[in-house]
Amino acid sequence: MSEPIIRYYGPKAYADHPPFSYPDYRSTVKRSPTHDLIRIVQTLSETTGPGPAWTEISEEDTDLTTNTGTGSPAIGERIIVTGRVLDENGRGVPGTVLEIWQPNASGRYSHWRETEFPAPLDPNFVGVGQCLTDAEGGYRFTTIKPGPYPWGNHPNAWRPCHIHFSILGPSFGMRLVTQMYFPGDPLIPLDPIFNSAPPHARSRMIATYDHEVTEANWALGYRWDIVLRGELATPMDEGGD
Amino acid sequence: MSELLGQTPSQTVGPYYTLRLFREGENILVPPGHPGRIVVQGIVLDGDRRPIEDALLEIWQANSVGRYRHPDDVRDLALDDGFTGFGRAITDFETGVYRFETIKPGLVPDAEGAFQAPHISLIVQGRGMLNPVFTRIYFSDEDEANRDDLILRGLPAIRRGTLIAELVENGVYRFDVLFQGDDETVFFDF
Repeated sequence: MSEPIIRYYGPKAYADHPPFSYPDYRSTVKRSPTHDLIRIVQTLSETTGPGPAWTEISEEDTDLTTNTGTGSPAIGERIIVTGRVLDENGRGVPGTVLEIWQPNASGRYSHWRETEFPAPLDPNFVGVGQCLTDAEGGYRFTTIKPGPYPWGNHPNAWRPCHIHFSILGPSFGMRLVTQMYFPGDPLIPLDPIFNSAPPHARSRMIATYDHEVTEANWALGYRWDIVLRGELATPMDEGGD
Repeated sequence: MSELLGQTPSQTVGPYYTLRLFREGENILVPPGHPGRIVVQGIVLDGDRRPIEDALLEIWQANSVGRYRHPDDVRDLALDDGFTGFGRAITDFETGVYRFETIKPGLVPDAEGAFQAPHISLIVQGRGMLNPVFTRIYFSDEDEANRDDLILRGLPAIRRGTLIAELVENGVYRFDVLFQGDDETVFFDF
């Protein structure tokens, strides 16, 4: 019987991530662990994951401006969001599933739970997309720039414009759900969810405007790379004089 | 050693993640009548023991002979047609109850060359959670294997039980996820 391949992954860098409890974001207070996490040695159960098995992705889901199937385009500022999924060693993560969701140009989610915000729905925009990263870890979506929207965390609270990103990655431990923000958004410094990340790591969540990505007479371009945990260097890699 | 790139910070899935991260049937890994089918269900509770009505649970497991559907699991064990080992469930908006229909996984190796007790890996996320939590579901009718399991043995005895799904009726296990308090579910870092 062949031995399984065990790739050990570097730790989740908790110092680069938000704390579990961040009282400025009120709902975290009762939904966070209070015991310390228990450190375990990685086994095949941790080093494998569902990402690689998930290969049925339809190409049309990379264009959120047309993927409702109504035949009419969504309303709003058309944008391109592209970048790479990398591990922390700087290697592209190929063939991994990216799933995104967002509100429409008015800041309205096409979701039954959104009942408070009187912004219009767009019948031609659902706000969901997915893709597999290419051989270099690259991804590219065409969508509508999401609008800001109010939420109930504190008086006159507004979320900055953002797109939710979910990445399964090659191992279960690399699972990441995060949010991509837009440069220059005045709501960013006021947002407790954005600010929950430690100050040195916050800018990693903000896309860069990239005129090279912008397509003439079509759409503005933003670039955003996502960095996941990576394989630990082997003892041989660490060596050298 | 070269400088590592900084990890992108985790953020909450928020209240609207079901737009993308859950679709009907993703909690059902095997069809009704499948040999060895089990149900794993339970409730997710916050620090005040109120149901968390918008949690997302993701499971990852080996098949009945202990093989993961993953390129690193090159062991000479059969894969099952159509069984990915991955599932997603959401908690009921009123009750906080979730449900998976799956199979009990077989044995997979531990870090010392022995076998682990049968277990399912679980990630829980939700509105109000800035990071996912990682835990494991073990089974109450695997006493002997549980006693020998390297990871269970490494836990304080008083907390071990939080990872054991209780067989409540034929083929139905109950596994609750609790945040905070003395009976908080064990969450892992690895």
